[in-house]
Parts: sequence; C-alpha cells; structure tokens
Amino acid sequence: MPKPFTPKVVTANHLLKGDVIYQTASGWTRDLAEAEVLTDEADAALRLIDATQQTGEIVGAYLADVDLCDDTPTPAHFREAFRSRGPSNYAHGKQETREHV
Amino acid sequence: MYRYTDFDAAFIKERNAQFRAQVERRIDGSLTEDEFKPLRLMNGLYLQLHAYMLRVAIPYGTLNSRQMHVLADIADKWDKGYGHFTTRQNIQYNWPELRDVPDMLDALGEVQMHAIQTSGNTIRNVTADHFAGAAADEIADPRPVAELIRQWSTDHPEFQFLPRKFKVAVTGSPHDRAVTKAHDIGLRMIEREGQAGFEVIVGGGLGRTPMIGKVIKDFLPREDLLPYLEAIVSVYNVLGRRDNKYKARIKITVHENGIEEIRARVEERYALIRPQFTGVDQQMLAAIESDFAAPKFKIKSLAPFEAAYTNDPVFRSWADTNLTAHRAPGYAIVSISLKAHGATPGDASSEQMRVMADLARAFAHDELRISHEQNVILPHVHKADLPALHAALKEAGLATANIGLISDIIACPGMDYCALATARSIPIAQEIATRFDALKLEHDVGPLKIKISGCINACGHHHVGHIGILGLDRAGVENYQITLGGDGTEDASIGERAGPGFSAEEIIPAIERLVLAYLELRTEPAETFLQTYRRLGLAPFKTALYPEAQADAA
Repeated sequence: MPKPFTPKVVTANHLLKGDVIYQTASGWTRDLAEAEVLTDEADAALRLIDATQQTGEIVGAYLADVDLCDDTPTPAHFREAFRSRGPSNYAHGKQETREHV
Repeated sequence: MYRYTDFDAAFIKERNAQFRAQVERRIDGSLTEDEFKPLRLMNGLYLQLHAYMLRVAIPYGTLNSRQMHVLADIADKWDKGYGHFTTRQNIQYNWPELRDVPDMLDALGEVQMHAIQTSGNTIRNVTADHFAGAAADEIADPRPVAELIRQWSTDHPEFQFLPRKFKVAVTGSPHDRAVTKAHDIGLRMIEREGQAGFEVIVGGGLGRTPMIGKVIKDFLPREDLLPYLEAIVSVYNVLGRRDNKYKARIKITVHENGIEEIRARVEERYALIRPQFTGVDQQMLAAIESDFAAPKFKIKSLAPFEAAYTNDPVFRSWADTNLTAHRAPGYAIVSISLKAHGATPGDASSEQMRVMADLARAFAHDELRISHEQNVILPHVHKADLPALHAALKEAGLATANIGLISDIIACPGMDYCALATARSIPIAQEIATRFDALKLEHDVGPLKIKISGCINACGHHHVGHIGILGLDRAGVENYQITLGGDGTEDASIGERAGPGFSAEEIIPAIERLVLAYLELRTEPAETFLQTYRRLGLAPFKTALYPEAQADAA
C-alpha cells in the first residue's frame, strides 16, 4: 500500500540572496509559518512545477515535509529545522533577521 | 612567495570578467540554473543550506600579510565578518550574495588569489605541508612544485571534465603532515643516490570508500613530474567510471583495475607524451623556486625567550604545545590555534585575521600558512620575538595552547552550513573541547587527534582521526559513529568502526569514557592514545564505549 501523503511545503533558495524561502499561495516568504501547506499529492506536484519554472527568482525548489501545529507548518526533519532557523554556532541566518521577500 | 606574472594577472582578470558576465546573464534570465551551476562551481561558488558559499583557494596554504588583510576586508564588506579555514587549505565565506561575488573575486585578484577549480570535477587546489620551507625535518620545500602543478592544472584543457574531482598533495618531509596517502595523487619528495625525485602515490582517498594510496612509482626523477602526472590523470580521465558518481574517484579505478594495470597504462601514456615536455616546465620551475627563496634569517639573543619560558607558566605551556622545530637556528614554527575551547574549528574573525597578518609582518618574515588541521601557522619566527608575539595573540583570543591535543579538533561545517551534510559537526567539536577543558585533562591526555565529519564524504577526515566521528541521519535523528585508530601520517591507516552510533546527547560522554579508558590503559604517560590503541586493539576501548553490552553479556 502506498504511504499516505504527509503535509508538505515547497521550499527553495532565493536566487540573489541565496537564503531559504517558502512558497505561499501568491509568491514566496522567508518565514515557514507563512508557507502554503500542501495536503494533496497532485496539488503538491503542480505547485512544485510552478515553483521550478520561476528560475529567475529561485534555485533548487523541492517539497519538504512539515508537521502541523494548530495549522501552522513546522519542520518535520532536523535539516529543515536548521534551514528555517540558521546555523547553531552563530545567531546568523533567519534567527538573526526576519524579513519578507 | 610566488608572484603572479603578467600572464597570471591577465588570466585571472579575464576569467573574473567572464564570470561577472555569467552572473549578469543568470540574473537577467539568459542563463538557467542548470546552465549557470557548472560555471559558478568552476569559480568556487556553491549554494549551501542558508546562503551561497564562496570557496577561495590558498594554494599550498601559503599567503602573505597583505593577502590575509584582504581576506579580512572581504569578510567585513561582503560577508558576516569572519571566514572558515578548511581541511583543504581553502577559506570559505558562508554568506555572500550572488551580485557581490564578482566584486569579491576582483578583490581577491588584486592580491593574486582566486577561487578557480575549488569545485567541480577538476584538479583542485594543490595542498602541501603547512610547515614547508621551515620544518627541521624537511628534504626540500614542496611549494615550488605545488605552484608548478597549480599552473599546469589551472584551466588544463584535457582535465576540465574529469570523471570526478581530483586532489593532489605534496610533502617535502619524511614526516607526512600533508596526508598524502589520502589523496588522489600524493607526492613525497625523496632523494635517491643524490638525485632529487618523488615517490608517487595514487588512489588514496577518504569519503564513503576510504583507501590508503598505493605507490605507483617508487622513484620519479624530478624533471619527469609533469609528464608523469599528466599521464596518470589522462589514464584516469579515460578509465574512471562516469556511470556511478560513487565509483568515479581514482581510488576506485585503481582498486578495480589493480595498481599493476594502472601503472602499465600510465607508463604507456607517459612514453607517448614525455617528448612533448621539452623542458619549459623545468625553466618555469627554476623561476618559481627563486620566488620561494628562504627569508634572511636573523641572528639574535635567545634571552627574551628563555626569560619568558622560565618565568611565565602560561607562555611556557603555549611554547611547549604550539611550537615546532625550525631548520634555522634560533627560529621556531608557531601554530596559532583556531580552536579556542568552545569556538568553531577553523573560524577566524576579520579582526583576528588582521592581528595574524600584522604579527606575520612584524615577526614572521611576512608569511602565514593555513594548515589542513584548520589552524594558522607563522612559519618563521625568531624565538626572541615569541614573548611579544604570544602577548599579542593572547589579547586577540588566539593563544590557545592546544595544538595536537584533544580540543584541536578538525570539523567540517556539517549541517550547520553544508547542503550535503547528514548531521552537525561543529557543536560536537565545541562540546568535546569545552568538556575536556572543564576536566583539565587535555595536557595529561597528550597528543590525540579527533576528526569529525558531518557526512560520509569525510571532509572532516574522520577516517584518519585517532578518534573519528561521523555524523549520520538515522531515521530523522542525528547519530554519531565512532572510528578508532585512524592515522593520516606516513604510517597512514583507516580507523576501525567501534560499534553502533550514539545520539548527539550520548556522544560527548562516550568520548569521555573512551579517553578515560585510555588513561587507565596506557603503560606510561608517554604512550599516546594511538600507540595504546595499536598495542591493545579495539576490544578494551569497545568495553569502555559500550558498558551496557558488557553488562548484558555478563
């Protein structure tokens, strides 16, 4: 039996800044909490195709698993937790600043 | 030090201009990422977890104060005020923005540095003994040869699309500080019957299939070096596997075909191409050698050194730990530790870089080195200047007396930065260093190399650590495997896996049990961890690591 589809977000890196971004219904955000949560497999595939076509703005889009906490997406895997926060040796990256695309 | 010729300067300028145009075309949409990626990688630009990363070569680890100052300026202007020195004698900037990278490369070009071939399936930055030209045990300075190889390999038309990356290391000393046996090609400068030449080692490497290199040529006359290297890389270029990334390095080519077959093919190729090398390379080498002439060593009284050594215990501890014998009388090689307890191994702030640059100018004939162990070396310091040097280092937080000790840890960037990593390395290194500092045990433990990699690719050299730590992702949780008994010197060996891995919380206590067991097991304080391990094997260390297993078996 195929594994049930788990909630996902589309994530990538910003072309110019290189930092981590997440797809929203209308564009991109730097805050995972604002990302569009995809719960349908076919829909997720389409949203990913949509993202990968935005080659002038983003690099390396893929689907990342998320957990839902009161409908707010949080990282399901520790790699995504680091991406959503920044490195652990300095307070750099997202933990340093939060701004919108 | 080598100074760029007009040809070199024009080449770098042209190459940087090309890359600037490539970046512009990527931004304006003329190039897709698939088209741009190989171009940026050829120029050292990666995209990591949180940002771009620019990897700048420090050829054979040598730089002068002006270059170090520019590295600091770049860190301030286009990054976050620090740089990370790597196990391949490179510096990495973790936070550049794409538009700024061409300016960074131009700034580097101004001081004769670049990021060419620090990535991609090419011949990478050539590494060398960080004590080159200074070590008391050295036969010859390996850097002129390393520079010749840099020039030969840079933009070499035959070798821009090798099956996989290709790393060359050179040592001029019988004590191998360049880990030559873990490189695609390792060169050891030797002499036979008064003639200078090389022992050529091929097919070493770490990564997912660690291999100790094999001798392909036990004596290669010095003047035959480039044609012989070209023959090896040429054979690899044809024979190396392009069907499977994990089997593409030359270590697998040598392993699958056998060293005899590879040697025969290399000899055949060599015979064919040798006549094309008409001696121009040797003329170039002679010119390069004059650039590496030893500095004019001073003759001064050792009294200031002796007074400080006698009267200042902090200085004495540092001198006992961080100095290495120099070939010139009255001189010492100074290792500046970038491993302050709790700091990120290999990181230096721009301020620290400037302090080191200024100290190199004041006390060290304007030379600095970057070691593969992620420390900075001042290769030529007169002992009379050591007290003043030490005082200045102390002020900048750079006087940690731990070279070669348990807190002098190699750690790759791991999952704090690297897109390939499967677990973090840096926090593990920080915690081990902090823990043993708190225990006040590290000088008692003595020489012990811990090396940590955050994935199977082994940038942290864990296979050749006396204690190696490999971070993995086990079902979505960071997990750390321990290997024991590895060695990266002339007696190179690959560490043996100790058993099941440990969680991030368990790994520090596990290392502590291991080291305490060693203190119990050694015959005398002079018997090092590695010697004890070689005498006793894995069993007693395994008992210390897995006490529950022993209890269960009882």
